[in-house]
Amino acid sequence: MPAFHAKAALAAAMLTALCAPSYAAKTLVYCSEGSPENFTPALNTTGTSFDAARPAYNQLVEFERGSTKVIPGLAESWTVSDDGKELTFKLRKGVKFHSGVNGFTPSRDFNADDVIFTFDRMWKPENPYHKVTGGAYDYFNDMGLPDLLVSIDKVDDHTVKFVLKEPNAPMLANLAMDFATIHSKEYADFLLKKGTPEQFDQIPVGTGPFSFVNYQKDAVIRYKAFPAYFEGPSKIDNLVFAITPDPTARYAKLKKGECHVMIAPNPADIAGMKTDPAVNLLSQPGLNIAYWAFNVEKPPFDKKEVRQAFNMAIDKASIIKDVYQGAGQGAINPIPPTIWSYNTEVKDYAYDPEKAKAMLAAAGVTTPLDIDLWWMPVQRPYNPNAKRIAEMMQSDLAKIGVNAKLVSYEWGEYRKRMQEGEHMTGQLGWTGDNGDPDNFFFLLGCPAARKGGQNLAKWCNKDFDALISKARSSSDLAERTKLYEQAQVIFKEDAPWFTIAHSVVYEPTRKEVVDYTVSPFGRHEFYGVELK
Amino acid sequence: MLNLILRRVALTVPTFVALMFVTFVAVRLVPGDPIEARTGERGIAPERLAQLRHELGLDQPVWRQFLDYIYGLLHGDFGVSIVTKTPVLHEFLILFPATLELAFCALVFAVVLGVPAGVLAAVKRGSVLDHSVMTVALAGYSMPIFWWGLLLIMFMSEYLGLTPVSGRMDLINYYFEPVTGFMLIDSLLSGQEGAFGAAAAHLVLPSIVLGTIPLAVIARMTRSSMLEVLGEDYVRTARAKGLSPLRVVGLHTLRNALIPVVTVVGLQTGTLLAGAVLTETIFAWPGVGKWLIESISRRDYPALQGGIMLISAIVILVNLIVDMLYVAINPRIRHG
Amino acid sequence: MAEENAIDDPMPTAPERFVLDASGLSLGAAGVVVALTEPVGEEPSPLRAFWSAFSENRGAVLGLAVVVFIALLALFAPWVAPHSPIEQFRQSVLLPPVWAGGNWTFPFGTDAVGRDVLSRLIYGARISLGIGLSVMVVSVALGIVLGLAAAFMRGIVEVVVMRVMDMVVAIPSLVLAILIVAVLGPSLSNTIIAVTVVYLPRYVRLVRAAALAELTKEYVIAAQVAGVGRLRLMFVTVLPNCLAPLIVQAALGISDAILEAAALGFLGLGAQPPTPEWGAMLADAREFIRSAPWIVTLPGLAILVTVVAINLMGDGLRDALDPKLRRS
Repeated sequence: MPAFHAKAALAAAMLTALCAPSYAAKTLVYCSEGSPENFTPALNTTGTSFDAARPAYNQLVEFERGSTKVIPGLAESWTVSDDGKELTFKLRKGVKFHSGVNGFTPSRDFNADDVIFTFDRMWKPENPYHKVTGGAYDYFNDMGLPDLLVSIDKVDDHTVKFVLKEPNAPMLANLAMDFATIHSKEYADFLLKKGTPEQFDQIPVGTGPFSFVNYQKDAVIRYKAFPAYFEGPSKIDNLVFAITPDPTARYAKLKKGECHVMIAPNPADIAGMKTDPAVNLLSQPGLNIAYWAFNVEKPPFDKKEVRQAFNMAIDKASIIKDVYQGAGQGAINPIPPTIWSYNTEVKDYAYDPEKAKAMLAAAGVTTPLDIDLWWMPVQRPYNPNAKRIAEMMQSDLAKIGVNAKLVSYEWGEYRKRMQEGEHMTGQLGWTGDNGDPDNFFFLLGCPAARKGGQNLAKWCNKDFDALISKARSSSDLAERTKLYEQAQVIFKEDAPWFTIAHSVVYEPTRKEVVDYTVSPFGRHEFYGVELK
Repeated sequence: MLNLILRRVALTVPTFVALMFVTFVAVRLVPGDPIEARTGERGIAPERLAQLRHELGLDQPVWRQFLDYIYGLLHGDFGVSIVTKTPVLHEFLILFPATLELAFCALVFAVVLGVPAGVLAAVKRGSVLDHSVMTVALAGYSMPIFWWGLLLIMFMSEYLGLTPVSGRMDLINYYFEPVTGFMLIDSLLSGQEGAFGAAAAHLVLPSIVLGTIPLAVIARMTRSSMLEVLGEDYVRTARAKGLSPLRVVGLHTLRNALIPVVTVVGLQTGTLLAGAVLTETIFAWPGVGKWLIESISRRDYPALQGGIMLISAIVILVNLIVDMLYVAINPRIRHG
Repeated sequence: MAEENAIDDPMPTAPERFVLDASGLSLGAAGVVVALTEPVGEEPSPLRAFWSAFSENRGAVLGLAVVVFIALLALFAPWVAPHSPIEQFRQSVLLPPVWAGGNWTFPFGTDAVGRDVLSRLIYGARISLGIGLSVMVVSVALGIVLGLAAAFMRGIVEVVVMRVMDMVVAIPSLVLAILIVAVLGPSLSNTIIAVTVVYLPRYVRLVRAAALAELTKEYVIAAQVAGVGRLRLMFVTVLPNCLAPLIVQAALGISDAILEAAALGFLGLGAQPPTPEWGAMLADAREFIRSAPWIVTLPGLAILVTVVAINLMGDGLRDALDPKLRRS
């Protein structure tokens, strides 16, 4: 570390000496909402941690900035074998790793060994790094890769072949996700020799557009542009994350110029931002859904008519207006409209308390009916305020003779109990990982309806399940689209959820920020961004 | 004196061990699980949960975990945060200077304003000045500081634009490696022009918010303590001898009046550390208080446990020092 | 642990309980004052003497008046409040108060889901005063028992009680309160428990110190010699003479409890929705600090005014009850 400081200081001094008169470093400050757990995406599950590490890294394939399209990253091209079981990547040549971070100077360019090492760490218990930093590779396991992968082979220094047990359409998109970030094997060996492997996850060294400078817990993450980045150096010189948990403070900082880009504004501030002359308000429909699930195992929600009646009893327009403050659109289907196969033919239930009341009576439900209504205690990207939504639903339900008791638990506990099926009705949601419809539909499938599964309505409809299973194993886009469209019709008719909303992701930036784009995945990326 | 100190320390030790055990059990009684708390919508498979809990030793009986913990402590190991996998002591040492710097500035603010205000109010007893000082002190003492902080940010930073909104430093124009962790000192060490001013500017609002209640308490205490001393015989004598009121106040009164004030200042340390929890949350101040609160919500047992223990140790230590100081400056107690 | 993480029932039952507490307290306080001034016995009417000392202090009287006013509002909330505190008027969301362009239907405006802010503040007074009083009553009672036990029994009882109190004091109060609420689950009653634990040491220490001082006095020794039983000695002979500082502390303790509970509510750990607790109202309204500042300002002001009034009253009580500080 000290050696690095001295060198860095010297370099900085020389730099200033050389270009002192005209040199003004361009520093972009991003007001983020929390501290990362560490800087190795494979270990993490939160967007906050992914965002913090992303400037330092690349993946084999990547999502195009601001879209869900998969484009080449460290792999310049790839081929899929005819049986769909082999994915071969041609790696880019001449890609440099960051030099000088944590005393590490790479002696070679990026090659196949780095790819093998990256996946071995997550996959093979005998890899020396497998256990480092807790070794919980949540995404790798959750995406089913241990079962799917047969082997990852180095064909030559710049060719890697992934062999799968069965064809898998979403695999390529999976490899663009953050958990598949490519690390330097040489850096790993260097730290192992030094006896400090845990630094691997605290001080990132990668191929990305920015190299790590320093992280002060709960306060600041600092990066500087990596001059030898394979796609050319970044237009901003320093990238700083100012960790600011409170959205009101974030906006105040943005207004004052203490930061240039901010995450997650208060819905209530959006109207003001639209007219703020210092601010550009960018937006993009989020790849998400907020829903209210009816547990079909708990009467009276075993009756379709009751679930439909509840769908009619809630004033969705008011929720969109008063909770989302316009930063959302009422949801009709279980997938957002930005995903292919979204069925535009499906119509939402109209708000009609009178009819709801009549349907309840027809279904043999005696009022007053006591139910519980769970709300999660945390803000999620798809739901800015579950508590307020619950309060509004409670008030709407009272009008049809239903007494809803509001229930909440600590977040982890909340989700677990819902998965166990302890609730009668409860709110949750989902954010898409890779833009594939299956990434949403599995939430409603029969396998997920088991106790402890992700299907919170515990709703298992054979016809629906058959459609989505068939769609998953097919690689014909037109056929998949058709199958998913049918599934949406069944879903709406059977009404296991009240679909609340798809949020719209708003990101205010200062006017001097050029070329920033909002990601549908809620990622924050700064390569390619410029400051005027 | 030494005897007294030793006796006090001896009394503190069992309290501290008990405190350790109680917090150890209490943090584990909080419903929820550190691993569950970290997972998102996706959740976690029961087998993997069991495996991870096993790796963290969370499947052991609590008494066993406690013994392991004590064993670690005796070897200087405060455990490792479940969330960040960094040693708890390391995290604490990084965050504590921020809390200390804030608490110190708040205390300076409170003393520098509170003591003179209290003295003036006492000397001019019954005047408009006295009434206004006491009214302000009362309001300060009654202030819900989370609300006060929000109002100040909105008014001072956003409306008037006088102070920075939050954080510890101007991140756009300055950068230096942390050396001591105290931003005021580090900014001076960096030698960058204007850095100290920027660091100081960031401390203004949080110090005011955190210092409001101590300020009120100190002002009230100084006033009543002054009044008491002013009523004593020797002060009357001094006045009768024709000494000017200010001189009486300066030389004779203040020293004696300040004795209880010292105690109050010491006792405010606890208030400051407790108040820091809210202040740090509002101002995104990367200190220990905010860390503790976040550790509770993340069920990060080792961090919470270690943090509470270290903070309590500091509070106990400061109270001990205050007691000693009290004995030292008050000759009447020394031989008592 | 804490299966009942669920929310407290909205309004109906809880407030009555607090109301009972309130009347119980005022009776208690009056009784205490009588008992306290009895042994002094020089002045013709001790109550009147107290009142004349108290009413000399204009601030204290003002404080008392405000406290009484708020207490009456809380008591008669269902009749005073223009609306139900939980009814949502969807057509009138985020309406400004009447002085900022609103209308008289909602004098203080409405919140994010169209509930009348004035009504919520009035009902919120029930919650806040209720918490303050409950905490005060429980901690005074426990403080008396533990403090007297420590003073009278000495030995191991004293050591254990006082060390436990040291322990409580060593943890930053808000962290301790949050930890307790986290263990028990967020609810109004658990807030009361948490705040009581946090403030208990003050009372125990105070009672013990006062009792120890009294124990050396002649009348106590005389009673002991006369063979008065220990319990009688504790509660009848000694206690009434320790009450003056306790009353003062209790009055100020109410305001501290209100602040602490509001802080918990602000952090989302106190009263659960849709209960109109002031701290929770503030937290809910926080995001509207720019677009609808009144719904942030008003609950904060309500807390401030209530706490200031109670503190003014408490200061008056101290001046009136503490002969040392009484003006000569």
